[in-house]
Amino acid sequence: MESRNTNITIWGHIDWLTVIIYLIMIAAGVYSVYAASYDFDDASIFDGAEYSGKQIRWIGLALVLALVLLLFDSRVYETYAYPIYIIILFIMLVTIFVAPDIKGSRSWLVFGPLRFQPAEFGKFATALALAKLFSGYNFVLSSRKSYFQVFAIIFIPILLILAQKETGSALAYMALFLVLYREGMSGLVLLAAGCAVLYFVFAVKFTDDIVLGIPLGEAMVFIVIMVIMVCMSATYCRRLDAARNLLMWFVGTALLCGLLSLFGISIGGYAYFIGSISVASIYCIVLAIIAKARRLIVAAATAVLSIGFLFSVNFFFNSVLQPHQQQRIHVTLGKVDDPLGTGYNVNQAKIAIGSGGLLGKGHLNGTQTKLKYVPEQHTDFIFCTIGEEQGFIGTTAVLILFLILILRVIHIAERQPSSFGRVYGYCVASYFIFHLAINIGMVIGLCPVIGIPLPFFSYGGSSLWSFTILLFILLRLDAARREHPSFF
Amino acid sequence: MRKDYNLEKRKYIIGGFITILVIIYIIHLFKLQVVESSYKESADINAFLRKSIYPSRGIIYDRNDNVVVFNRPTYDVMIIPRDIQAFDTIDFCKTLNITPDYLDQRFREMKDKRLNPGYSSYSPQRLLSHLSAEDYGKLQEKLYRFPGFFIQKRILREYNYDCAANVLGNIREVSQADIDRDPYYSRGDLTGDLGVEKSYEVFLRGEKGEEVLIRDAHGQIQGKYKDGADDKKALSGKDLHLSLDIELQQYAESLMVNKIGAIVAIEPATGEVLALVTSPNYSPSLLVGKERGSNYKLLREDPLKPLLDRSIQGSYPPGSTFKPGQGLILLQEDIITLATPYPCYRGYVNAGLRVGCHAHGSPITLKPALQTSCNAFFCWGLKAMLDGKRSKYGSTAKAFEVWKNYLVEMGYGYKLGIDLPGENRGFIPNSGTYNNAYGEDHWSANSIISVAIGQGEINATPLQIANVGATIANRGWYITPHVVKAIQDTTIDERYRERHTPHIDRSHYESVAEGMRMAVTGGTCRIANLPDIEVCGKTGTAQNSRGRDHSVFMGFAPYHNPKIAVCVYVENAGFGATYGVPIGSLVIEKYLKGEIAENRKYLEERMLHSNTIIGSGVKKH
Repeated sequence: MESRNTNITIWGHIDWLTVIIYLIMIAAGVYSVYAASYDFDDASIFDGAEYSGKQIRWIGLALVLALVLLLFDSRVYETYAYPIYIIILFIMLVTIFVAPDIKGSRSWLVFGPLRFQPAEFGKFATALALAKLFSGYNFVLSSRKSYFQVFAIIFIPILLILAQKETGSALAYMALFLVLYREGMSGLVLLAAGCAVLYFVFAVKFTDDIVLGIPLGEAMVFIVIMVIMVCMSATYCRRLDAARNLLMWFVGTALLCGLLSLFGISIGGYAYFIGSISVASIYCIVLAIIAKARRLIVAAATAVLSIGFLFSVNFFFNSVLQPHQQQRIHVTLGKVDDPLGTGYNVNQAKIAIGSGGLLGKGHLNGTQTKLKYVPEQHTDFIFCTIGEEQGFIGTTAVLILFLILILRVIHIAERQPSSFGRVYGYCVASYFIFHLAINIGMVIGLCPVIGIPLPFFSYGGSSLWSFTILLFILLRLDAARREHPSFF
Repeated sequence: MRKDYNLEKRKYIIGGFITILVIIYIIHLFKLQVVESSYKESADINAFLRKSIYPSRGIIYDRNDNVVVFNRPTYDVMIIPRDIQAFDTIDFCKTLNITPDYLDQRFREMKDKRLNPGYSSYSPQRLLSHLSAEDYGKLQEKLYRFPGFFIQKRILREYNYDCAANVLGNIREVSQADIDRDPYYSRGDLTGDLGVEKSYEVFLRGEKGEEVLIRDAHGQIQGKYKDGADDKKALSGKDLHLSLDIELQQYAESLMVNKIGAIVAIEPATGEVLALVTSPNYSPSLLVGKERGSNYKLLREDPLKPLLDRSIQGSYPPGSTFKPGQGLILLQEDIITLATPYPCYRGYVNAGLRVGCHAHGSPITLKPALQTSCNAFFCWGLKAMLDGKRSKYGSTAKAFEVWKNYLVEMGYGYKLGIDLPGENRGFIPNSGTYNNAYGEDHWSANSIISVAIGQGEINATPLQIANVGATIANRGWYITPHVVKAIQDTTIDERYRERHTPHIDRSHYESVAEGMRMAVTGGTCRIANLPDIEVCGKTGTAQNSRGRDHSVFMGFAPYHNPKIAVCVYVENAGFGATYGVPIGSLVIEKYLKGEIAENRKYLEERMLHSNTIIGSGVKKH
């Protein structure tokens, strides 16, 4: 009885805004794929030999799949989360051994004319497993055991995908750390990750200008460390004047150094920064012990670790990385211009987007994408076609559409009565955030080139299905939230 | 079910993070797409290959529709540096018969931004110029082996007659200055240099066409952009019809071999230049193709200055050819009548000043004075005009201005405006010149008396002298001399059709013409006295600071209804009668009769073979 009841009422509870955005995106996606692969031969958008025609077939199947997913009982997903996870992990494992080598990666399963990328389907399976874990009785993300379980669920698929040599997709799973943050993981982890990236960029990018006898980048890192120390001490012990004292100490020593240098006594950059940060750290530790403000130790530790990280970055970059890897990073950071070598793809992508102007050149009129100047233009670089043909208006529209979708998914996740639904919803949001940030960032030259698709736009069945499944399971869970007796 | 409201706030951090990221991306896209404009150009350079289509340059004909200048195709090897792959250099060099070192050098020059500021690895660059048809054929067969190479057809000029280089000019590659001045040109284009090639460049060049091709990332041409809707057809250049009689020109040039000077022949009724000779001259085909640069350098460094067109750029004392004009002014201003006699005792002697003259009767009136080229008559005449006691002018300076204005009306002192580049204006002093030199009112006719006989400060181009001849031939008017008679599909400039009429009565011209006729029948120009053509003429023997006198002749024929006016100017060749008159009369005879009479062949022979450069009294460098 109950299940029939569900079937009858589900349509009224579906989040139609999300469905509409989804439909707009896949339609715009086909339109873009058609434009990207069109080469002046007047083929129809529905032509099965064209990428657009194939994509339409994938979309048809995806819509059927979405319908099927909505028709399942919502509890199926929670119940079978682990089996689904294990089955897909198994398929991913098998893939490593049976997949043919395609452009250096062994991530595709080939069935006649069809090709699947199990790594894409690992996304929703991992999300379900993670959600299932969090919804467990009395599960709290604090014990060592809980972290072990969480990391196991996230890193097993990552390792399997790395074994398939598909680095980009593996990185997408790292986005799930956002979910952990939402569920209680300390923000310090994300802060540490953010700082690590920032330090790395500063230290590698600004090596040419010298300030106080040290590279500008390193000086910038030291200043960031000082700012973080002051902020942390302000957050962690408000009643003490630790933050103010630190600030005065840093500014005061800086002024003193400046004054001394006027009299010809110059103090080296390393001596000044490391000296003053060391003194500040000792101050924090002393204060932590005397005033029992234990968390101030974190500030001191952050400073020490940051300095250690800074020096290891230099060592890592200059001694560990291969010259071609160094080159790739330099190009990404805009340090060296190399339009025909490492930077060719990004340079051509920027030309394509930049030449679109405000309104774009019009549908099918983009020369850069038509003439194959942009690589992978129907898959990872599909945004170039939009940029060139639809202009700034088009690119902005796509970005805003994604922003609305992501915020909507977060909103849906938050309104779930169960932690299963919430965690799952955040997993979906995290994947979208990661793909959007990296794909667009890569195409417009703000991120290194990591080959991951733009959801719903890039050509390819696996990616389309993967995100369709992710989204529609969430919609099914969301539609069922009113069935939950505890909320009425 | 535990709900941690502290943790729920973290949705704002996550939502805020993605919102800020999207905003950063949108700002970056705005910069990329709306603010920056260079990407558009880069995209066009990527995708469009703009190939110039060179039109054929206008053909140049002479007045009798003989083809004088025409086009010969030549081939340039072009490359698109970006599309070049490793190729068999040895094979390439062998095919074109060049050394690998030369090829290497050309590649370096092409990439050198100083020598080739327009270099871009995306656009066509000229690697080698002026391939022969034979080399073209050989390379064309093998071209598929050299990706990134293509051959562009262009034109070279070819000359049917080995003469008139000064009138025809030549073509050269445009300089950076040309490109800056006229956006029509781009690097490697050709433009006219000297002569009508320069002055009629816009007609001759036609209009370049352009083919817009689309090119994919592999450098392969995918076809025409918009099916050729943006292509431009090349418009052929307009043909020119010169007023020159190319055979007369050739003949006149041959008479000037081994002489320095100029010949100008004008059809008086139309102002059309029949021959415009400068000597020494050079073969127009020297300045064509590969050898142009080195030949041009040799010509420029030649001490005899063959690149100087003496007919329009040489500024010479007109000498006694100035006297007919003088006569006109004196008559018009009522200083003299046809009966006014002036004394000549072997010259003009006044206030301790003496201008020599030769033996003839005295006193003398205008016509005999022209006949015998009497210096004294014109000196007295000018003195009467400038220093006359009860003169109507008020002062010498004012009288001189009147005198000068007549000369300017006759075409002296300013550029006549011939349709060739670089014309010299000659020089006619004004009263200011002398006020500066002597102080105001501190000069009189005697101070400047040599201007009366075309010496002193007076300078004129052979063209101006011939133009005065044409004015007298027309009995009172002239049309600005010009070398282009007609342009295909359009008309020549209005200024080459309008009459200029100095304020001098027609009857005075008749008198002067009669004087000039007398000079031929019984005066200084007797050699020009042809049995069946009534030639009128005036000799000139112009003193100069550089050596022997210049030998000058100005004349026209026939006496009635003249068909040709001529000026011959031979530098440092002595009396006007020794070279000027014979050459002038031969040009007239050749033009009017088509051939030289048997009894004058000796004169022709002498003129053809004499050399006035040796023994001219001019010190060589």
